[in-house]
Amino acid sequence: MSSFEIVQEDKTQCSIKINNNLDKQSIKPIYSKVKRIKSKKFPLVKIDCSSMTDLDYAGALLLADLCASFSKDMSSVVLTGMNPHFQSLLFFARKNLRQKSQIKLVKENFLLSPVIKAGKYIVDSIEAFIFFLSFLGESTFQLFRVLAKPWKFRYKATAVHIEKSGAQALPIVALTSFLVGLVIAYQGAEQLAKFGANIFIVDMVSISMFRELAPLIAAIVIAGRSASSYTAEIGTMKITEEIDAMRSMGFDPIVFLVLPRVFALLIAMPLIVFFADIIGVFGGMIVAKTSLGISYTEFIIRARDVVEVKHILIGLFKAPFFGLLIATIGCFRGFQVTGSTESIGHYTTISVVNAIFWVIACNALISVVLTEIGI
Amino acid sequence: MSEAIIKVKNVTTQFGKKVVHDDISIEIKEGEVYGILGGSGSGKTTILREIIMLQKFKSGSIEVLGKQIGDMSHDEIVELKKNWSVLFQFGALYSSLNVIENVSIPLIEYTNLPKELIEEIALSKLKMSGLKKEATYLFPSELSGGMKKRAALARALALDPKILFLDEPTSGLDPVGAENFDRLIRELASLLKLTVVIVTHDLHTIEHVLDRFCIIFEKKILFEGTLEEAKKFEHYAIREFLKLERE
Repeated sequence: MSSFEIVQEDKTQCSIKINNNLDKQSIKPIYSKVKRIKSKKFPLVKIDCSSMTDLDYAGALLLADLCASFSKDMSSVVLTGMNPHFQSLLFFARKNLRQKSQIKLVKENFLLSPVIKAGKYIVDSIEAFIFFLSFLGESTFQLFRVLAKPWKFRYKATAVHIEKSGAQALPIVALTSFLVGLVIAYQGAEQLAKFGANIFIVDMVSISMFRELAPLIAAIVIAGRSASSYTAEIGTMKITEEIDAMRSMGFDPIVFLVLPRVFALLIAMPLIVFFADIIGVFGGMIVAKTSLGISYTEFIIRARDVVEVKHILIGLFKAPFFGLLIATIGCFRGFQVTGSTESIGHYTTISVVNAIFWVIACNALISVVLTEIGI
Repeated sequence: MSEAIIKVKNVTTQFGKKVVHDDISIEIKEGEVYGILGGSGSGKTTILREIIMLQKFKSGSIEVLGKQIGDMSHDEIVELKKNWSVLFQFGALYSSLNVIENVSIPLIEYTNLPKELIEEIALSKLKMSGLKKEATYLFPSELSGGMKKRAALARALALDPKILFLDEPTSGLDPVGAENFDRLIRELASLLKLTVVIVTHDLHTIEHVLDRFCIIFEKKILFEGTLEEAKKFEHYAIREFLKLERE
């Protein structure tokens, strides 16, 4: 026995009998029948509920919707055999009926939607760029203000960030640069051995490590570690209104949050790069000894003779630029976070991608400039 | 009155060395609107979290719908959890879903109702909880605090739970909104035969909505009963808490 039984259906009336339960579990099989009846017009509809044993809100809503589809004021619907509880539930459901058609939904034009999206993207990008400029301007302004009053600078916060973003990053920087030094030497060793030019492994590993690889690897690791954490930290503070609280107390978030982070990386990056230099070349030394038979002493003496100090200096010269880029991008993206927790994830991703891209781009630019001026 | 649906027996809770509850017992009966009262930091929400299995307790036992918490298989736990729903203090709407999707998701996951009807039920629950229809397709980040709460109530009601847990439902609402909220909870409790457990310190709620309540004071249950009984109970903390002095 179906729980939604059509007893009689003709031009003059439709009579329906509801059996057993009308609830979440039993609606699925009868729903198509209900929809078919709903789409028709009858001058009189009789619904017999005398053998209905249970009704939940979903069922009540189904009934209410059915009644409403026949007539707005229930004038042509006769409900019989309802117990008082079901009746009040049905009444409650009718009171809370809300048709989807009542809600105006702004529909995007299917054909225009790519254009709209592109336009939105451009406008958003321009807005973000303007916001970036104003962020940069404000930071510079605050920087000069702090320079004029050096006791206002947050030394303690800076030290904390040097430890968190610098010192604590050393193990992972060591591991990555060691592995890269190892791999470079390993691949180079085979080629050099073919020519019997074993000793040139020293030049190759040292110069490439000092000048390009160590700074780049260190910067990429720090970008992944710190740009993300800066964005997430500042973004969370924005959502929990901590930034607003600071502003309301007259604490400038740039001075409190941005400058310490930027200076921390500015100071820490060259140190990290120097550390990466040593470990990377050490990785090369191990390969030189094991596969080419060049002892550590030989390696070091050769390095002292052929590798100019300028290579190390160029590597170290790039480091503060990378630090500045990473910290600025990390903080800026953090300030862009608005509203939901989801946006933290969104901007953190952008922040890391941006930071790594700009580090690589900046490295390329410096390489070109230095080569052009002949260093 | 009817059977106890939730039994908290001799529960002691400890965070590190700090004792939060010391040997407390309460009973919540089927079909009643029960309040858990107490000052800030007295561990009202902690009891609620222990009942809904979000928090472990040190000793004692909690029984919900005849099932012993902490002594169930994974499937039993999922089955039991379908019987209740929770309105968190700040709504806790899923931020990646819009309002109507938030309300629909329990129905989509746990029933086989047709899509159109799910949508209808969700719309109706939203209307019931007093959210304006313009807000239907907005995302949680675009809602005000009060609207979030209403949307969250609609989500909590989506599956017609047997037990509804409300954590400070009226905090953050304007007085008129709070009164409407109270009225709605009473109406729902009688129509849908809900058992409602409310953590609150809203005097209007205490007076107009609760059948019975308990007051937590200094890690213990100081009082359990109706408002009438509480008024006769001579203890400065209760008098102060219920602002009886003023009358």
